[in-house]
Amino acid sequence: MSICSTIDCDVHANVPGMQALLPYLDEQWRDSVIDRGLNSLESISYPPNAPLTARADWRGKAGEPANTLDMLRTQALDRWNIDVAICNCLYGVQLLFSEDMAAAFAKAVNDWLVAEWLDRDPRLRGSIVVPMQNTDYAVAEIERCAPDRRFVQVLVLAMGEAPLGRRAYWPIFAAAERHDLPIGVHAGSGFRHAVTSLGWPSWYVEDYCANAQGFQAQLASLVCEGVFAKYPKLKVVLLESGVTWLPAFLWRLTKFWRGVRAEVPWVDRPPWEIVREQVRLTIQPFDAPNEPGAVARLVDQLQSDDMLLFASDFPHWQFDGDDIMPAGIPQKLHGRIKRDNALATYPRLSATAAS
Amino acid sequence: MARHVIAPLRDFPAGSRKLVDVEGRAIAVFNVNGEFFALANRCPHQGGSLVHGRLVGLVEASEPGCYRYSRRGEIIRCPWHGWEFDLRTGKSWCEPDRVRARQFAVSIAAGAALAEGPYVAETFPVRIEDDYVVLEA
Repeated sequence: MSICSTIDCDVHANVPGMQALLPYLDEQWRDSVIDRGLNSLESISYPPNAPLTARADWRGKAGEPANTLDMLRTQALDRWNIDVAICNCLYGVQLLFSEDMAAAFAKAVNDWLVAEWLDRDPRLRGSIVVPMQNTDYAVAEIERCAPDRRFVQVLVLAMGEAPLGRRAYWPIFAAAERHDLPIGVHAGSGFRHAVTSLGWPSWYVEDYCANAQGFQAQLASLVCEGVFAKYPKLKVVLLESGVTWLPAFLWRLTKFWRGVRAEVPWVDRPPWEIVREQVRLTIQPFDAPNEPGAVARLVDQLQSDDMLLFASDFPHWQFDGDDIMPAGIPQKLHGRIKRDNALATYPRLSATAAS
Repeated sequence: MARHVIAPLRDFPAGSRKLVDVEGRAIAVFNVNGEFFALANRCPHQGGSLVHGRLVGLVEASEPGCYRYSRRGEIIRCPWHGWEFDLRTGKSWCEPDRVRARQFAVSIAAGAALAEGPYVAETFPVRIEDDYVVLEA
């Protein structure tokens, strides 16, 4: 990989429709989809016509969000000289209530990603979609996919059935750590609970903003339940999380931890220290005013050069033109953000990049 | 540094604590199972009165869910924000190098010895046949 290479840690391979998945479903499930008339598992996290779901120039002829490899290539990879891009597939697998069905569709999505995307462009890497509805099934899917080193991460949603740190999920973290796979937590909800702790909001804008609170709660859960203590080599990557809420939240978490730390004695150092070591965030969206000085101050508050990962979030509309890197991020960090931090976070990238 | 007689030993049983004023300084003195500890009463975090805190043990964990509980009664938790201070070192658990409560030496002395030395007992008479708690401050 060249010295000036760029790694995009969050692009979306969108399933164009149920038809696309049929070849990758086991026969019984394929027939069941047809029999039941299941046309789509699209989640309402990204309504097709919402501006956020796809930038105007990243939509197809019928206005559909970019969902072909060709669009990803021409409008993102080639345009920005991306050497490696990690595909995160957001399909409704996490929303299903049947554990069996979730496992079947997770497998189909992962196999579809390999055949339709990873096999067709050597720049692409994938995240393993797992059926979090059942820990055993999730671990089995990780074990099934892990031998393909192009899978570099395990993908879960910011808001699921229970807080991520709960011990019932630990075999998933153990499997991820064992296979050099960070846990990627992506914006989105399984809609098991209202997306705010107050109840259901009325509008889409509230839904989307509520993701930040979801991320905060997950981070607190992962720290306080001791996941980072139990799995010291595990990395957690917050995808499409926004960045600027982090320092304020860590200050709060660390402050209150000081008073009640005896309740969570395995958290034996300040939470901000743990997070700086084991948590990473992608830079789109960044959530900062369009003022370079403010961005620089916010980056400074992270007190770490290692945490930020370059990501376009293609085709979601987070920025205009080619301004993936928010103005104000110090020049000396650009190389780390575009390449070094990702290589340090994803062990499998280094291995494949070196070959 | 002077030695101050702060109480007759018999008035300061194990499990009890006293707030003493030594030349204008508020000092929290604890008798933990017969062993005496003294800390400046003002919590170095925000100023809470340590003598009014709860004495607890040290909670540690080798890993999540595996608790280790030791040194029962040797950690004082500030009543304001719950910061823990080690009675033996004065150090806070969370910021041991930066935030620590000032410590003072405490000893037991026989009344007979006290009658001779340059000791100060401001509020009670020293009797030769008794033992006393002495603070260096």
